[in-house]
Amino acid sequence: MTMPVADLPLWVVIGVSVLLLLGSGLTLLGAIGLLRLPTFYQRIHAPTLGTSWGTGAIMLASILYFSVVGSRAVLHEILIGVFVTLTTPVTLILLARAALHRDRTEGNTSVPSANPPQDQP
Amino acid sequence: MSAIILFTAVSIAKVLLGLALIIAAVRIFIGPRAQDRILALDACYVIAMLMLVTFGIGSGRTVYFEAALVISLLGFVATVALAKFLMRGEVIE
Repeated sequence: MTMPVADLPLWVVIGVSVLLLLGSGLTLLGAIGLLRLPTFYQRIHAPTLGTSWGTGAIMLASILYFSVVGSRAVLHEILIGVFVTLTTPVTLILLARAALHRDRTEGNTSVPSANPPQDQP
Repeated sequence: MSAIILFTAVSIAKVLLGLALIIAAVRIFIGPRAQDRILALDACYVIAMLMLVTFGIGSGRTVYFEAALVISLLGFVATVALAKFLMRGEVIE
């Protein structure tokens, strides 16, 4: 039924390890970008490293590991991957529009003004 | 041999994700405005979810998967509600 970790084939272990290190390294890179970039509109791009390839690589590692250990296809991590991929743009667009709205109402001149292109629906 | 490689990789991944969580928490503290703090909180949710999946690989159990799914759901709802609050001043109109 389940296979002990010591009996796993080497290619599975190396694949899982490489995917885990890739995902966590990219997530750390995104967090460093969140800390270092100068303005909010640049910082909002950085954590998407973690939500795109960070999530993707770690979910692929989890799918590979549990599929080999359990000797059957374990695909429920796809659920998290699809969910994060679909919801991140929605939340970040909402957040960016809220920040733009706040900057405009404060009269901040570093953001484009709302007057020439009226983007009201 | 396989167990050593897997244990090392999972440990390094946990350390990297923990560093990312600390850095996002620093941005929550120093973030000059509210939207920076909300963005860093959203990043924290994602990193915690990835960390739970990594714990699941390290322990070989699938119980961490449900917790990761719930955290990702809550992160989405929380960030949308906070962005709505920034935009309108209230969450439910």
